[in-house]
Amino acid sequence: MLNRNITPWAAGETLNPLVPHTAELIAGLVAFTLLYLVLRAKVVPKFEKAFAERTDAIAGGIERAEKAQQDAEIALQKYTSQLSEAQGEAQKIREDARVQGAAIIEDLRAKAAAEAARITAAATASIEAERQQAITSLRKEVGALATELAGKIVGEALDDQVRQSRIVDRFIADLEKSK
Amino acid sequence: MGAYLASEDGFKPPSAADFNLPPIFGDNPFTTKPIFLAFLSVILVSVFFISASRKALVVPSKLQFAGESVYSFVRNELGRDVIGHEFMRFVPYLFTLFTFILTNNIFGIVPFLQFPTMSRVSFPYVLAIITFVVFHYAAIRHKGLFPYIKEIMFPPGVPKAVYVILTPIEVATYLIVRPVTLSLRLFANMFAGHLLLLVFFLGGDYLLQGAIGLKLVAPFAFGFGIVLTFFEFMVQCLQAYLFTLLTAMFIAGALADEH
Repeated sequence: MLNRNITPWAAGETLNPLVPHTAELIAGLVAFTLLYLVLRAKVVPKFEKAFAERTDAIAGGIERAEKAQQDAEIALQKYTSQLSEAQGEAQKIREDARVQGAAIIEDLRAKAAAEAARITAAATASIEAERQQAITSLRKEVGALATELAGKIVGEALDDQVRQSRIVDRFIADLEKSK
Repeated sequence: MGAYLASEDGFKPPSAADFNLPPIFGDNPFTTKPIFLAFLSVILVSVFFISASRKALVVPSKLQFAGESVYSFVRNELGRDVIGHEFMRFVPYLFTLFTFILTNNIFGIVPFLQFPTMSRVSFPYVLAIITFVVFHYAAIRHKGLFPYIKEIMFPPGVPKAVYVILTPIEVATYLIVRPVTLSLRLFANMFAGHLLLLVFFLGGDYLLQGAIGLKLVAPFAFGFGIVLTFFEFMVQCLQAYLFTLLTAMFIAGALADEH
């Protein structure tokens, strides 16, 4: 059996594959520890950092998007309310204008009517005054003329003021009656 | 291998002796191939993951993505999902365990290296001892030494009479069975797998030296050897995963409150 062993090394060692070798135990422990230290110090923290940053970036992105949406909704609400407000205001302005316009027209109409009435009244008064004046002056002048004429005809001076005026009145009354 | 070809008394099937590789430099027992491979794996894994994680970008490069995939697999599938909320403390250990075992296993089918380090039982022993220490230490720190011993020896919720058989079983499970099965499972899989590949490739080689009829059979041996190489790749990944998963489960058990 021994002559099947190929090398002196193998011949010197036990062939039982379950028996460990001291050198390999030490080497395995050292190699593994070395790898553990390297990976723990250099690799794991870096990957964890990348993961954390990625999570952060994604979560931050979602948060930002949500905030933007909220802002947009608020702005939309604001604009909508402003729009309806403006529409209401416009409606109110139109209504006011209509009412004001009607009032102005009414006012103007009343003013015009009053003015017309006033002008008419003034004209009437002035005509009346002039008529009175004309009557008075006519009465005087016609009286004087008639008296003078009658005096001349009758030859009798009607100097007496009272009588003169009575005669003229009678004369004019006769004139009006004969009309 | 030359020894086989030179031999004149027929085919010698590969045996455990083929795993006893001599030191490369003289008689120094630290210069064997498995030890070189173990340190080579340390260098390869370190270089790969350091360069993959160096920039730690939010939007990863291809290299970073590849490294992250392995890391997040161990971190999330084996760490977080198995251990629970305290998993981050153990992620560096699980990550080292997985990458170290996986790389050394895959060395078994890498051309020119072609030797699974874990088929040398010393390496799985070391890893199993570390796991043993880690999960017992975690349990003692979490529960206190005496409550932990009590929990192992007298699991709650069992009739008193049952302790007669349960206590020895539990103690053996925690102290012997777990580390032994953990290391032997890995060792035996790698040992047997490598042996299997040796049988087909050395056997095919031997057939090629033989009569014409045997020469015709040789390609089948090689072909099957190639198929088995793919199979081995699967086993190598699976065993690395299993070792890490079981370690995570032991740690989870150590941190779990029984009440």
